[in-house]
Amino acid sequence: MTDQSYNFAYLDEQTKRMIRRAILKAVAVPGYQVPFASREMPMPYGWGTGGVQVTAACLMPEDVLKVIDQGADDTTNAVSIRKFFQRTAGVATTEATSEATIIQTRHRIPEQALTAGQILVYQVPIPEPLRFLEPRETETRKMHSLEEYGLMHVKLYEDIARHGSIATAYAYPVKVEGRYVMDPSPIPKFDNPKLSDSPALQLFGAGREQRIYAVPPFTRVVSLDFDDHPFDPSKAPHDCDLCGASESYLDEVITDDSGGRMFVCSDTDFCRTRREAGHAGRLGEAQFSSKKIANSFEGICPPTGDEA
Amino acid sequence: MYVAVKGGERAIDNAHAFLAEERRGDPAIPELGTAQIREQLRLSVNRVMAEGSLYDPDLAALGIKQSRGDLIEAVFLIRAYRTTLPRFGASRPVDTGKMTCTRRISATFKDAPGGQILGPTFDYTHRLLDFKLLADGQTPPAAATAPANESPLPHITGFLDRDGLIQPETGNAETPPDLTREPMELPAPRALRLQALTRGDEGFILSLAYSTQRGYGRTHAFVGELRIGTVAVEMEIPELGFAVEVGEIELTECETVNQFTGSKTEPPQFTRGYGLTFGQTERKAIAMSLVDRALRWRELGEDDTGAPAQDEEFVLMHADNVQATGFLEHIKLPHYVDFQSELELIRKLRTEAIAARTEAAE
Amino acid sequence: MTATLSGGFRDAPTQSARAFRAILDALSRPGTIQTLSGPVTPPAPLSQAAGTLLLTLADATTPLHLAGDLDTPAVRDWLTFHSGAPLVGAGDAAFAVGTWDALLPLSRFFIGTSEYPDRAATLIVEMQDLSPNGARLSGPGIDGHAFLSLPEVTAFAANHRLSPLGFDCFLTAGDRLAGLPRSTRVEAA
Ligand SMILES: [Zn+2]
Repeated sequence: MTDQSYNFAYLDEQTKRMIRRAILKAVAVPGYQVPFASREMPMPYGWGTGGVQVTAACLMPEDVLKVIDQGADDTTNAVSIRKFFQRTAGVATTEATSEATIIQTRHRIPEQALTAGQILVYQVPIPEPLRFLEPRETETRKMHSLEEYGLMHVKLYEDIARHGSIATAYAYPVKVEGRYVMDPSPIPKFDNPKLSDSPALQLFGAGREQRIYAVPPFTRVVSLDFDDHPFDPSKAPHDCDLCGASESYLDEVITDDSGGRMFVCSDTDFCRTRREAGHAGRLGEAQFSSKKIANSFEGICPPTGDEA
Repeated sequence: MYVAVKGGERAIDNAHAFLAEERRGDPAIPELGTAQIREQLRLSVNRVMAEGSLYDPDLAALGIKQSRGDLIEAVFLIRAYRTTLPRFGASRPVDTGKMTCTRRISATFKDAPGGQILGPTFDYTHRLLDFKLLADGQTPPAAATAPANESPLPHITGFLDRDGLIQPETGNAETPPDLTREPMELPAPRALRLQALTRGDEGFILSLAYSTQRGYGRTHAFVGELRIGTVAVEMEIPELGFAVEVGEIELTECETVNQFTGSKTEPPQFTRGYGLTFGQTERKAIAMSLVDRALRWRELGEDDTGAPAQDEEFVLMHADNVQATGFLEHIKLPHYVDFQSELELIRKLRTEAIAARTEAAE
Repeated sequence: MTATLSGGFRDAPTQSARAFRAILDALSRPGTIQTLSGPVTPPAPLSQAAGTLLLTLADATTPLHLAGDLDTPAVRDWLTFHSGAPLVGAGDAAFAVGTWDALLPLSRFFIGTSEYPDRAATLIVEMQDLSPNGARLSGPGIDGHAFLSLPEVTAFAANHRLSPLGFDCFLTAGDRLAGLPRSTRVEAA
């Protein structure tokens, strides 16, 4: 049920119009960061206020919303943002990637390929890919305008000289349609290939930094690299211990005091779907229900011996 | 067998219940009312109003109660509420020259028309804990003060103005940009800088101001005048064709007088820094005026010494404590996807480095 | 007077949300044709799609230019009442609406700056009809290529060559809407 004391999707109409105009300009100039007058939201800066404002400006009553953080629907901040939209927009929510029309995400792109009807909204902490090389906005803005990205290439090249490979594992910079260098938000570089030529619309919102940018569907997104050091989106050489998937991004979980560990899909919907389809990994079994009560707020429950 | 579990929603609900219980504290102790906060913790209320950019003592008191006295959290509550308020229009600029002053001091002139008014200040209290306040307080006897000076007190810097000894501040009819409605664009005009400073974190502005006094962008500041009091807020009503008073607010205004030996573009004269804040918030207003003056190096043709307080982008982008605290505290959110990718990278780099070393040794 | 006051959104929060999604779809998938069949009924000759788009996006902060025959007292009053957008000349416009001929010459419209390409104008071209054939489109938002009945090829091709500068376009006919951002390559089919 929608809370009647708020406007639909919380934001007032004037604010929504301002954000909508910024989104459209972002779509028209793929990869360029459009400044927008980010509002103070009832949740802290750095906790998804940019993504929340973009989602709020896009939501319509018929939408089905999915919210993930670290790939999981049940991380506390994902729960909190989902509740916010249930309360203020009354929209239906889902954990199934395929059922969602809008997916707000922090740090992951779902494993399951997105489709043409979907919008993926990223929460972005630092939208400027050049920020850690040049802290001044006045300077980085000039660099983008002149398409002067030498600094970034020097940084990546120094990595190779020092470490033998590029030492950036997440928030790996990309170039959009051959023009703007863009920060894909702190997704693991494993997810980078999914940015390119997606049938879905990808929108990026940075609330504190007051920027919105976009990758329209079917847009070329290339991870920066060198001919002799091509981009490598590799991940841990393991299979999921719960569902056995070999191609998904994994979280590492420490399971006991003696350093035992297991690897599980970071995308909880993907893992659950596989287990429900009968797949099982090294330590899991096909699981047909997740109604297990836990005392911790999320995670993996070890064998207790009292399973019915 | 291991299974995936859920419980995020329940954990959040439980945490909220726990928080409410902690907020109340020992139920045997009477609950604190927001009127008590408003009246007896007024300097906290003032800070929350100043940094929350909303003049409403009752709501600020509520914010302080709800936040368990965490003033930055209270500022955040006020800001989030403020953004939802419809805007009916803009007031006329307040006239601080017509302020009814409860306090007014100058460090540059021993006396001036209107005199020095000490007002309710900690300045000359001996900082000794007053154990009498531990006991249930009695109403203190009324202070022997002259009745508030209702006639307007001239601005002290006006005397220097008259002799052409201080750089004149000319009025500007342009509507200043609204920091809360437009994205920050740099370089910022002074009006925008002052907006950012007045709602900036008191601690941050204080430290920056202090750094200028210790030589990081020194501006040789004296407090030309510090005044605290109430001013009328007036709004132009187009249908009436004149302005009507819609209320009264308490403000602190500080003008510093800064020695200035001249530059390539400006003659030797005094210059000023300006601070204006909601409520009695004089530490903030003084600090603001020092930082304002330090940021004016460019327009006065001074050298950029590389001092933090001279660096507009550094100051403006980091002064806001609601932004800063949000981003600082977000690192406690789960980052295990990023961390996992770092873990893999470090493992890979280590393996390669160790292999290279072994090879070299052979 | 009643014509001025009526014909807006009845429930702006939800109806403008649906309209925006159609507009967003149009611009992020050039070559597709969306329908804006909400409750908005602007005075003639403003089309339903153009009227809906303006009520969804324009307000007191977005200067609006009415080109040619669209600049009638009825249209002015209706847009002023429902959006509050100040009416301005072409060079100052954030939004401009009119037929293709009325919008010419396009050099009048702001194309943004290299540091702020987002500040470029958005043109709303009122058309007799819209169909998925005509000029060949490719680029962001398009899987391979698409076709769209554009009033002209040269002007859009030239605008794309300015990219990332350049204006962005919506084409409207009745309740139908297509988008053509500056990022789209336009060629004769
Ligand atoms: Zn799995």
